Amino acid sequence: MKIVVCVKYVPDATGDRGFNDDGTTDRESVDSLLSELDEYAIEQALKIVESGVEAEITYLTVGPDDAKDALRKALAMGGDNAIHVNDDDIAGTDALGTSLILAKAIEDAGFDLVVCGMASTDASMGVVPAMLAERLGVPQVTYLDEITVEGAGKGGGVVKGRREGDVATELIEASLPAVVSVTDRTGEARYPSFKGIMAAKKKTVVSKDLDDLGIESDEVGLSAAWSVVDTATKRPPRAKGEVVEDEGEGGVQLAAFLAAKKFI
Amino acid sequence: MAEILVLVDHADGAVRKPTLELLTLARRLGEPAAVFLGKGAEGATETLGRYGAQKVYVVDAPEVDEYLVAPAVDALAQIAGGGAPGAILVASSNDGREIAARVAVRLESGLITDAVDVEAGPEGPVTEQSVFAATYQVKAHVTKGTPIITVKPNAATPEEAPATPTVEAVTVDFTASATGTKVVSRAPREKSDRPELTEADIVVSGGRGVNGAENFHVIESVADALGAAVGASRAAVDAGWYPHSHQVGQTGTQVSPQLYVAVGISGAIQHRAGMQTSKTIVAINKDEDAPIFDLVDYGVVGDLFKVMPQLEAEINKRK
Repeated sequence: MKIVVCVKYVPDATGDRGFNDDGTTDRESVDSLLSELDEYAIEQALKIVESGVEAEITYLTVGPDDAKDALRKALAMGGDNAIHVNDDDIAGTDALGTSLILAKAIEDAGFDLVVCGMASTDASMGVVPAMLAERLGVPQVTYLDEITVEGAGKGGGVVKGRREGDVATELIEASLPAVVSVTDRTGEARYPSFKGIMAAKKKTVVSKDLDDLGIESDEVGLSAAWSVVDTATKRPPRAKGEVVEDEGEGGVQLAAFLAAKKFI
Repeated sequence: MAEILVLVDHADGAVRKPTLELLTLARRLGEPAAVFLGKGAEGATETLGRYGAQKVYVVDAPEVDEYLVAPAVDALAQIAGGGAPGAILVASSNDGREIAARVAVRLESGLITDAVDVEAGPEGPVTEQSVFAATYQVKAHVTKGTPIITVKPNAATPEEAPATPTVEAVTVDFTASATGTKVVSRAPREKSDRPELTEADIVVSGGRGVNGAENFHVIESVADALGAAVGASRAAVDAGWYPHSHQVGQTGTQVSPQLYVAVGISGAIQHRAGMQTSKTIVAINKDEDAPIFDLVDYGVVGDLFKVMPQLEAEINKRK
């Protein structure tokens, strides 16, 4: 079977992130990297194959030239090949547009299972996997803390998982093909080995543009965004309040502060 | 006035507080109409009316409970498609964001997630979001279709505006995809007397400094004295000291209470992303260089096992 893992190249969350004048994310002033939450998706795809499911793993990203770094990192962890959708007209595309591009690329590549991280670490909307399920017309099995694939092959197979829902823990399952997303509770992602890094250099990364996917340039990009940022204002850093050393009365002092603020 | 659809978040008919906040915000934009999916609408209607719902659409179908997300998408999209709502408001839970996302695709409408405020604007609702670990405030609006907005809990204070809603039972034609993902079993969270993390006005969270599951009672006692929910940092959760469902942070629950008490938590960026919009922040940590102290309105550098019991005693004394 075919597993497609969607990954995103994002500004480092520990850097000083900001916006451009047009309301898009400033990707120049902060180094970017493979979104940490996507590493869990890669790890689970690799684990599915290691559990004995015969599958080809393809990584897919949408982004500028250097987004290829995210694919190389993924390939160094394992997997078979990668697709890089890169087009000048993509800049500024929102989640709805991104899900359109990803869905077209996934249909183009063929798939039994699409694996995503629960959210990106930049926009952190957590909506693209659900949008993919909607666009691809397949079940969504999202926010999984545990995932297993059973009976895969020859167009069959079931994906099962545990989802810590908003009010209950749910066991859910669906027939393949399906879209899944996994949380950071699925288990630590592996580090690429030296051997893995060397092997990744030989793996194929196919580049595609909007034309290849049959998407008109006016369907995506900033001008086609379904919502616009009117203003982006840097919040003044929180005015640092009083910090006291506990010299035996710390709890009492804190209680006095809370009482003054009417919390007690 | 255009209808503003509010998707009701409830447990067997008990309406959750974020829904009352959505109804309050909806009144700024138009005429609130609640969309109630599942069982228990009779009991909920009075509450929804009390907070301003002029109409309650009810979809009482087993699909809603037995399958994940997709049946709710069918129901909401069908109800929205039958009229011309001015906006659709959904609470920012995992399910809520996913329902909103798929409805946005289906209705070819713009989507904004995790708004912390919503106001009427010349071109439809204007939202405020807090992004990049709350270092930026963003104002945005939807440019195409019906604005679909998910709103974080505590974005507004629920205000009563009594109405007697008309109730309309809706029969939904579920699509084939609605029954794609089966909920095989559902184990509800253990009921606790404490408020739910997302809804609580006060949250008291413990981190690495709590140093063991057996010590978490120190956090719980102060939480109970304050009538607060209990949270935990990812470090405490990963160590198995407290359940995952209580994790506060980027990948856990994002909270925005009136008061956040961080205990033995250093304040890594991932944790800050989940609590930085709290109105008042206090911290107790023995490391005076802990980054959490950069955020606090009041901080105590000290041993939490000395400070917390003293704090609890003082709270009880002042009550």
